[in-house]
Amino acid sequence: MAEETSAVEAPKGPIGKFLALPTDSVAKTVFVAVTLCLVASMVVSAVAVSLRPMQDVNRLKDKQVNILQVAGIYEPGIDVAEAFTAFEPQVLDLSMGNFTTQFDATAFDDRAAADDPALSRALENDPAGIGRQSKYVTVYLLRDDAGALDKVIMPLHGYGLWSTLYGFIALEENGNDIFGLQFYEHAETPGLGAEVDNPRWKAQWNGKRVADDEGDLQITVAKTAPPAGEDYHIDALAGATLTTVGVDNLVKFWLGEEGYAPFLANLKAGAI
Amino acid sequence: MAQTRKQMLTDPLVDNNPITLQVLGICSALAVTSSLQVAFVMAIAVTFVTGFSSMFISMLRNHIPGSIRIIVQMVIIASLVILVDQILKAYAFEISKTLSVFVGLIITNCIVMGRAEAFAMKNPPVASFIDGVGNGLGYGLILMLVGVIRELFGSGSLFGVTILQTVNNGGWYVPNGMLLLPPSAFFIIGLIIWAFRAWKPEQVEEREFKIQTVEQH
Repeated sequence: MAEETSAVEAPKGPIGKFLALPTDSVAKTVFVAVTLCLVASMVVSAVAVSLRPMQDVNRLKDKQVNILQVAGIYEPGIDVAEAFTAFEPQVLDLSMGNFTTQFDATAFDDRAAADDPALSRALENDPAGIGRQSKYVTVYLLRDDAGALDKVIMPLHGYGLWSTLYGFIALEENGNDIFGLQFYEHAETPGLGAEVDNPRWKAQWNGKRVADDEGDLQITVAKTAPPAGEDYHIDALAGATLTTVGVDNLVKFWLGEEGYAPFLANLKAGAI
Repeated sequence: MAQTRKQMLTDPLVDNNPITLQVLGICSALAVTSSLQVAFVMAIAVTFVTGFSSMFISMLRNHIPGSIRIIVQMVIIASLVILVDQILKAYAFEISKTLSVFVGLIITNCIVMGRAEAFAMKNPPVASFIDGVGNGLGYGLILMLVGVIRELFGSGSLFGVTILQTVNNGGWYVPNGMLLLPPSAFFIIGLIIWAFRAWKPEQVEEREFKIQTVEQH
């Protein structure tokens, strides 16, 4: 059919000349390939660039909603951005356990930092399966009306069965009582591992304790209670053993020595 | 092609269904049918991509060199899929979070390629568009059927609305965990194909060879 068309219409301009070439000729093949790639890449880039601001807003709002939820102040229909102003973001130096002002806390990107060799370290002992750990993370402080610290919300992540689970844990101001835990991004099996989103399961975290009176890390996600007792026990997810093990590992890792332990020690000592 | 446009749209629903008759697109049908909402968005996304990729490929069909035609088709399909993915991320963020990987995998959905190669390369744009949309809808129909069964009996809900109160939430229904895992969709699709072929015996394929009996030797 291409030959018929070219016989009827005289080729117009340089593009017309190319279109009139026999379809299987080398010149036309190269012409079609290059033109198509250019057009397709322009369309894709234009859409990606024009929708980027909206996507960023969505992503930020989603994160803020999750922080509000884990702190227990989210209700459907509230103004998320306004409610979020109650939180004070701070960049935490993990190894020192105190806040650092060398970054802008509202703009610091934990995930990008974990990939940056200057801001992260490769883990030798890596129970959470995360590979590299950022030396700095953004934590969110919630203060009561008098300005005293009420809750602290800390990010954590680790590998479950299929995916890395990203979430937040909220601790009371004493740095040992858990207020809540919530994952905002994961790809675990719907109905099994994805039950980490089940409100009834999440509700168990409220009121549990991280470490015992000697300061030893005791919090455990397992089928049976640890020797330390029910205060430190989160029940496993039925039918999702590997997700449960993953959550157990990542919570222990992040609350342990390589995670927030120095910060929690400072919190308990009242140094924050 | 003696088909009318209406036939082009409705044929792929039952008589020439991409999943049950052509047995294409099974992989994604296993992955996205554990919840109806996801299956629904996936069905719309695939319909959009098959419709428009068929149309664009058909518009270019006289200028696509045979030696690179598959690559040309892939570039067009892939661009459309990225488009869908970006739009979902901007306008339906929650759904795009659960669907993320599978939207990208529409590129490898055999139905899209199959219609491009079998229909759009030989037919005019409007007919190709209708054929693409029809096949997308045929795929969506099976997706929804499988999704209803899997979500209702696997999680006790439909579109996320609880129908059967599960034990985990203090109800009485013990969900069938197998239905939430991809292999269950194999069984359900198999049963749907059986039902379709019992209803329309002309869909049964002829045996490639006759099973010999000892007496005939």
